[in-house]
Amino acid sequence: MHSRYIKLRRQLTDYFFTGLAAGLSVVVVGTLIAIFAYLVIKGAGSLNWSFLTQTPKPVGEPGGGMANALLGSVMILGIASAVGVPIGIGAGVYLAEYGRNRLGKLVRFTADVLNGVPSIVVGLVAYGLVVIQQKHFSAFAGGVALAIMMIPTVTRTTEEMLLLVPQTVREAAFGLGIPQWRTTVSITLATARSGIITGVMLAFARVAGETAPLLFTAFGNQFWSFSANQPIAALPLQIFTYAISPFDEWHRQAWAGALMLVMLIVGTTTLVRFVFMRRMPGGAQ
Amino acid sequence: MAGQPLYSSSFNKRIANVDRDRRPKNQALTGPTAKKGAMSVMGAAPERKVSIGEARNEGERPRLMEVMRTSESRNISLVTTSNNVPTWYRSVFNLDFGFRSLMLLAAMTVLGIVGLIVTELLQRSSLAWRKFGLHFFFGSEWDPVSGAFGALPFVYGTLVSSLIALVIAVPLAVAVAVFVTEMCPKPLRRPISYATELLAAIPSVIYGLWAIFILVPLMRVYVEPWLMKYFSWTGLFQGPAYGLGMLAAGTVMAIMIIPIISSITREVLVVVPQHQREAALALGATRWEMIRMAVLRNARAGIVGAVILGLGRALGETMAVTMVIGNRPEIAKSLLAPGYTMASVIANEFAEATDDLYLSALMEIGLALFIVTIIVNILAGLMVWTVTRGTPARANA
Repeated sequence: MHSRYIKLRRQLTDYFFTGLAAGLSVVVVGTLIAIFAYLVIKGAGSLNWSFLTQTPKPVGEPGGGMANALLGSVMILGIASAVGVPIGIGAGVYLAEYGRNRLGKLVRFTADVLNGVPSIVVGLVAYGLVVIQQKHFSAFAGGVALAIMMIPTVTRTTEEMLLLVPQTVREAAFGLGIPQWRTTVSITLATARSGIITGVMLAFARVAGETAPLLFTAFGNQFWSFSANQPIAALPLQIFTYAISPFDEWHRQAWAGALMLVMLIVGTTTLVRFVFMRRMPGGAQ
Repeated sequence: MAGQPLYSSSFNKRIANVDRDRRPKNQALTGPTAKKGAMSVMGAAPERKVSIGEARNEGERPRLMEVMRTSESRNISLVTTSNNVPTWYRSVFNLDFGFRSLMLLAAMTVLGIVGLIVTELLQRSSLAWRKFGLHFFFGSEWDPVSGAFGALPFVYGTLVSSLIALVIAVPLAVAVAVFVTEMCPKPLRRPISYATELLAAIPSVIYGLWAIFILVPLMRVYVEPWLMKYFSWTGLFQGPAYGLGMLAAGTVMAIMIIPIISSITREVLVVVPQHQREAALALGATRWEMIRMAVLRNARAGIVGAVILGLGRALGETMAVTMVIGNRPEIAKSLLAPGYTMASVIANEFAEATDDLYLSALMEIGLALFIVTIIVNILAGLMVWTVTRGTPARANA
């Protein structure tokens, strides 16, 4: 009798915790669905042609859009990628091909540290490095801030992907008499290409939505700006400004902007996941 | 001398080294010998070629055809035309050296950036540091107009909101990880882990937007009145229900750190050896008992590491928190009251900070934030590493 009671209790405990874990998982997935549902419902209504082609209108006038912020984001991200990707890949190559020494360890550790630096602190540093020197806010300063955030991700992915390339491939290249630099460029990097593209795109998606580092580097702008040396609007900044404003029209614009931004980022991430990850040297993961 | 090594890529150096080991010591590495060694390693027929070479050009530099046949012929025109050039000249114009230096430069840039972050923050915060010293972090008055800068309300706000986030996020994140790795039917695994990863891809500012318009009203109308009705005796849930405040900020942050904690916990659970699970089941344990005794106990340190990593992310979180915490530099006992965090005071006030002392005070807050998150991250990294070391990194469970 007693033992049957214990057995029942153990079985019930098992059911209880299985149910609990399943229930909490449902809560998490449900939150995700709720966030996406609101984004689509609220954003789709305000997303229209003028949103994509016009600059913001003064408060009180309906209409207007975020075209200048879209352009600004493209410019800032372009600068960030141009600065961050070569440095990141170069450092990754160094770590994978020459980095089995103390310096390599130090660089690896530093990249991990850099990865954990809060984005607002990166903004502070970019302010000190670029804005104070230039004496005004600029798209370039925003690009530098985002580049600093891209570098560690790109570096570590590049290293991991290069290390997945079998050593025998390198040896085969050496055996054909190909010099080491050429082996790295045309053989090792080429083999790991999809993996590295994955890393770059994930880093890109990660910084595309960053707002904090842009607050006092790119600063934002209500008008068109085509210069890298002027304050410039960016999509996340514009969403932030509009979201904390008291105007309903601006709130609608913020939702539309948010939908755009999420589509961009989730689109990139999903593309990477389903197209490139299949072709990584380590096989489908 | 008849000739030095033909070219100095590290690969050929390696071959030459192999060769040198077989030769008696103190014998110079001369052209024909080195070539012979290289040839034999490469598997060509060394005897005949070398004898021809020696017969024809005894004491001369190797003929063009032979250079062409060897490895780097296309890239060495500058390097091998003469044997009289000094070694440093060869190595400077060797592309291997150049490429390696370029990569080294990129790696040093990473070091340089972190160095710049540290020096920049130290230098620009020195004014506030010299003026206030340690009192900066214990003063609770923040009044830029009168020049009083005490960062205690921000430190308090950061700690409390991060703790709220952890209290909410840890059970959810660990539950998701355990459910995905141990319990759920196979077809559900990928969708659920993909969903948690998507949560990580959403930018902070969008969480903020969502929180302002969905979460805060929800808090104000339902959650906070309920908490005040049943838990006001704790003293933590008092005062008017604004919706905006510590609790809302902590909740948003919790949603944002769930994916980090959960994905690392999953990684840690996956590396628990399968035979541990089998042993527990063979002893008659139910599935939950197996998870508790074999899986969670083995993965304990790693899960704590994952939680600390989540804490590190929460401490530095800026935008979403700034949008919902209420931004009032006061220390209130109630979690429903508005607060302020270190990151959000920088975000709100830095662009309009006019005088040097104000700027430098904000820089000092940034420095403190930097140091704390770095320490927390290193600690977390070590804890996760103790569990996952020795196993190959994997992207997903």
